[in-house]
This record gives sequence, C-alpha cells and structure tokens, in this order.
Amino acid sequence: MGSAAQDTAVHTGRVARTFIYLVLLLFALFYLLPFLVMLINSVKPLSEITSGNMLALPAVWTIEPWLSAWSTAQIGVEPTGLKPYFVNSLLMVVPAVAISTILGALNGYVLTKWRFRGDGILFGLMLFSCFIPFQIVLIPMARTLGILGMAGSTPGLVLVHVVYGLGFTTLFFRNYYAAFPTELVRAAMIDGAGFFKIFWRIMLPVSGPIMVVSIIWQFTNIWNDFLFGASFADLDSMPMTVALNNLVNSSTGVKEYNVHFAGAIIAALPTLVVYVVAGRYFVRGLMAGSVKG
Amino acid sequence: MGFLDIRDVTKFYGQTEVLHRINISIEEDEFLVLVGPSGCGKSTLLNMIAGLESITSGEVSIRGRVINGVHPSQRNIAMVFQSYALYPNMTVGKNITFGLEMHGVSRHEREEALLDVAKLLQIDHLLDRKPGQLSGGQRQRVAMGRALVRKPDVFLFDEPLSNLDAKLRVDMRTEIKKLHEKLKTTIVYVTHDQIEAMTLSTRIAVLEQGHIQQLGTPQEIYNTPANVFVGRFMGSPAMNVIPARVAVQEGVPFACVTDSGDGEQLLRFSQANLAGWDGREILLGIRPEAITDPEGADRGSTNVVSLRNRIGVTEPAGSDTFVTMTLGGIDVTARMRADVNVCRGDTVDLAFNMDKAVAFDPETEKRIES
Ligand SMILES: Nc1ncnc2c1ncn2[C@@H]1O[C@H](COP(=O)(O)OP(=O)(O)OP(=O)(O)O)[C@@H](O)[C@H]1O
Ligand SMILES: [Mg+2]
Repeated sequence: MGSAAQDTAVHTGRVARTFIYLVLLLFALFYLLPFLVMLINSVKPLSEITSGNMLALPAVWTIEPWLSAWSTAQIGVEPTGLKPYFVNSLLMVVPAVAISTILGALNGYVLTKWRFRGDGILFGLMLFSCFIPFQIVLIPMARTLGILGMAGSTPGLVLVHVVYGLGFTTLFFRNYYAAFPTELVRAAMIDGAGFFKIFWRIMLPVSGPIMVVSIIWQFTNIWNDFLFGASFADLDSMPMTVALNNLVNSSTGVKEYNVHFAGAIIAALPTLVVYVVAGRYFVRGLMAGSVKG
Repeated sequence: MGFLDIRDVTKFYGQTEVLHRINISIEEDEFLVLVGPSGCGKSTLLNMIAGLESITSGEVSIRGRVINGVHPSQRNIAMVFQSYALYPNMTVGKNITFGLEMHGVSRHEREEALLDVAKLLQIDHLLDRKPGQLSGGQRQRVAMGRALVRKPDVFLFDEPLSNLDAKLRVDMRTEIKKLHEKLKTTIVYVTHDQIEAMTLSTRIAVLEQGHIQQLGTPQEIYNTPANVFVGRFMGSPAMNVIPARVAVQEGVPFACVTDSGDGEQLLRFSQANLAGWDGREILLGIRPEAITDPEGADRGSTNVVSLRNRIGVTEPAGSDTFVTMTLGGIDVTARMRADVNVCRGDTVDLAFNMDKAVAFDPETEKRIES
C-alpha cells in the first residue's frame, strides 16, 4: 500500500509542497473551528458566554456543564440528562448495525455466488431502495410497526433502520464479492462445505475492509438519524439525537448554552470514535472494489 | 461400461446448445485429456462431471452410479482449478485438509493424510504459509495436494498449468505425468494446449463447438486425424492441408499438386484406397516433419517421394529449420534439419514421406478411410 502510494505520487518542488501543506492546514482549521467553539464553550460557566465573547478561552474552567448534560439536565419534562437516551441509542444502534451488516453480507454473497433467475432485478430493486427519501416511508412504516406491535419501542427502531440500511449494505457487499473469485466457492463446494460454511469460513474472513465500510456507514447514519427517532420512538426508546433536540429546546428557564454544547459533543462522540478507530480502513475498503491488490 | 461414463450429455445455456450429445467412456486409471480451442465447451463438460453445472440431458456415472443431481461433495471427485482457488485466509495445511474436515475426518487422520501428501509433493516446509506467500509453482502443488488428499475416484483438472511460465509448465507437466503413473488414478484433464494433450494423455478427446471431433489415443489422433480440424489443431506447426487432384495410374493413386512454378507434380500415395477418387479434388494432409530435405528423410519409410520446389521464408528454430514454400496454391511448411543450407528463393529437392500423408474429402473435410 505504502509503496504503491509513493509510486503514484507526483514529485513536487519544495515551495509547492509547503504551499500545499499551508492550504491543507488552513482548511483543516476552518473545518475544526465549529468543534473548537463548542469545546471551548462547553467548559465555561454560562455567565462567560452570555457576557460576550464566544471565541475567548474560558477564564474559569469547569466540567459542570458536561456533568449536567450527562445526568441532570432537563430533557423535555424530566431532569434526567442525556444518559438514558445515550443508552437508548446504543441499544438501537448496535443490533441495527450488526443485523443490517450481516444481512447485507448474506445478500451480497447470494447475489454474486448463488445466482438465480431474476437476481439482477432483485438487486436493482434493492439498489433503488437507497434512493427512496425518508419522508416517503414514514407513514407506511408507522402502519407496519403498529401491525407488528413494535411501535414506539427500541426493537421497532432497529427494524426500521435495518430495513432502510439493507439497500446500502447489500450494495457494498455485492460489489465487494463480485470481485471475489467464484472458483473459490466452487472449490469449497467440492470440498463439502455447505451454504453457510462457505459464507462463514471462506467469504467472511476476507471481508474485513468492506465490513468496516458497512459498519461505519451504518453506525453514523443510524446514530445521527433524527427523523425516524422523532417519528417512531416514544419516551422510553427515544434516541440521543431527539433527546438533544429536546434538551436544547427545553422551554423552562434560561438557555444553558454551555450544557447544550457539552450535550452536542457527547452526541457526536461515538461517531467520532468510530471514525478515528476505523477511518483508515474505510477508504481502503471503498477502494478495494475498484483497485486490485 | 467404463469407470466414468458420459452418455448422450448435452448442455444448453438458455436457447444455445454448447454441448451436443457427448459420449465418452473412461476406464479406471485412464488419463483423458479434453482439448479444443477456447469456448468449445471443455470447462463446461468438466464442470458437469464435477456437479458445478447442471446436466441438461444425458447421464454421467462413476463406478456405475449415476451422479446427475448428486452434490459435488458426494461424487467422490476432486478438482484442480486454473486459478488454483486456494483459500486465501487459510494456511497451506488448512487448505489441504479443509475437505477432510468438512467430511468429518478426525483431526488425527487429517494430520496423517496431510503429511503423506505434503511429502509426496515436497511441500512439507510450506504447510504454515498462506497462499499469498507462495510462488506459482508452489500454489500449483498445494492445489494438487488438496485434490490428492481426498483420495477421490476421479481427478478433474481445468487448465492447471496455464498460469505458469513456459519452463515451469514443462516441469509440472512431467510431474503430473509421474504422479499419474505412480498413483494410477483416473484423470480428466482440460487444456487448450495440444502439446500437453499429447504428452500427458492415454486418450484424447478433441472438442470443437460442443462436438467431439475425435476420441482416441495420442498416436491415433496425431497420425490419423478424423478430419481437417483435428489435423490442424493437433501438432505444431500445424499440419499442411494442400488442395490436390487424384490421378490413378495403373491402379496406383497419386496426388497431383501445383508447385511454385505452376507445374504439376505427382506424389504417390502409400495406401491404395483412393482408387475411386480418380480425377477428383481432395485435400492432402501432411505434417511439416514429413516434408524434409532428402538427407533428413525417414529411413523407415516405404514411400519417400522427391519433389523440386522453390522455397520462401526459412526460420531456424535451433533444433530444426522451418521452411515455407508455395504448394497447391497455399503456404506449406517443411521441417528440415537445423544445419541445412538453404536460402530464400532457392529451388531445392524435398523429400515427402507419403506414409504419413492423409487425404481429406474437401466437401465434408473428413478423412478418407484407408
Ligand atoms: N453461464 C453461461 N451462460 C451462457 N453461455 C455460457 C455460460 N458459460 C459458458 N458459456 C458458453 O459456453 C461455451 C463453452 O464455454 P466453456 O467455458 O466450457 O469453454 P472452454 O472450452 O472451457 O473455453 P476456454 O478454453 O476459454 O476456457 C462458450 O461459448 C461460452 O460462451
Ligand atoms: Mg475453460
């Protein structure tokens, strides 16, 4: 990977190189600015924010806003902080990501290695589902959840996200497995491995990169989703994003901006962590289908 | 009834028939090579034996058991693929024993079988490596090991050597042949390389466009090709197929061919069965090695005919010199000794070993039986 990257790099002069780094640095700072403002203001007492300068470093450092956002802030009518909703989000996102990724992998496996009549059309339809706007499915989805008796529950949300994410995960895995040599599957068949054995022992072990892509994609989308959460969750299953909105919009008393900032960072933290941990595999996985080696 | 029987097997992909009523009966221990140009249906036929492609009609049986519809793993066959198809995530040892594991063989027996095979193929020192850390030839051996370890009734090979470089290909070819002689296994081997077919096989089936053109021993195929296609396909450089007219003089048939100077030359046939063809056009099939310089002519031949002709391009190939000339209006290749002293444009004496000549009917392109 490293040497390949070097081979393709165009050699540039020192001046040009410095210039490029400067520009990149500027852009990076520009993109980091909002986060920086949030971070600075989340560790200030409220008085420092309301008295004026948002960009100044805190005169008095405090983690009070973080504690408040986590466990005592008013969310809607309850002073619970974001903690229970963070847990709700986790309970929703982990199974939803796991199920949609595994099903996507299975779909990709079937669509490429166990071809059947009409598989192309089926894949086309699944692909089509990636382009359906959220708003269109709201009412049919609400009705379906009602019929299934899952309305307002975390499993209901998991189902919604699995269904909605399946198009994407199937697309990822299908394209990845399309480049996977079919002769391997045939060899395994002759060796006596069945449908799931082949999937488990032969396909999955080499699916790392695309697995990461699927997990990051699904995790960020599901964690950050607001519309489905606002539409289908009730108080016990409300995800983080909706709770954050309620925190910020709580009508009672003064607006505690520092607490809002802290809450917003808490809400963004898991996706940040996922990116930092697995981000470099993300690009690698996306490239894997198009470039060999 | 043979060991592996292919009876009236056809294959359709949608409306296109890619194999037409194939009949082959293979004896135990036989090394059958399926050879033919690209797209003729060799792999399809092999995959049907393996159970990887469905059989549209007809029957395949092994040891008298019809195996249509039987799962590939239950047919007691093993296959070596062109790409080797080694599992990239498993070590060499795991690759070889995976099939045994899937068939529920105990760990202890697996280890034993692995060591036997590894010793046989001289890959003992590679067992802990991943396929990605092997050279082409080593991967080839591992792929064969994976097939051997199962002790199957029939081995299926699909162009196993085509990914190797020329030198290694020759080495591995010899090795496969030795292995067959040592283990006495039944092998069906697909290739489009006619030299591989000639050297390895006990019998060859030549396929073209889904038809078996000829099925026979390498000698039969080479010396008495069933038709023009087989004659041209087997052998390198290809057999010369020269338009000629039959002239029978006192009961003895001759081939009349036009030489490079538009004169008529007579070549006496060795066999007499062409009497009925007097005055009619035929195609004279003669291999390059049967046209030589007079000193290089086959001493064992009963019928060497001398012919003078002007020669065109000469191509020294180290062991021989290939000489091209015009005869019967087409380019004809002769194979002369390496140190023969001829130049472009010379008119020289040539020796035609007519014992080796065959005649084809120009209408059907089939060989005229002797
Ligand atoms: N899945 C398929 N659908 C339709 N036609 C196919 C399919 N697979 C193969 N064919 C056709 O069947 C014919 C035989 O294919 P096959 O792969 O057996 O050729 P081959 O003799 O092995 O050639 P090669 O030497 O190139 O491997 C070809 O004309 C090919 O186009
Ligand atoms: Mg083939």
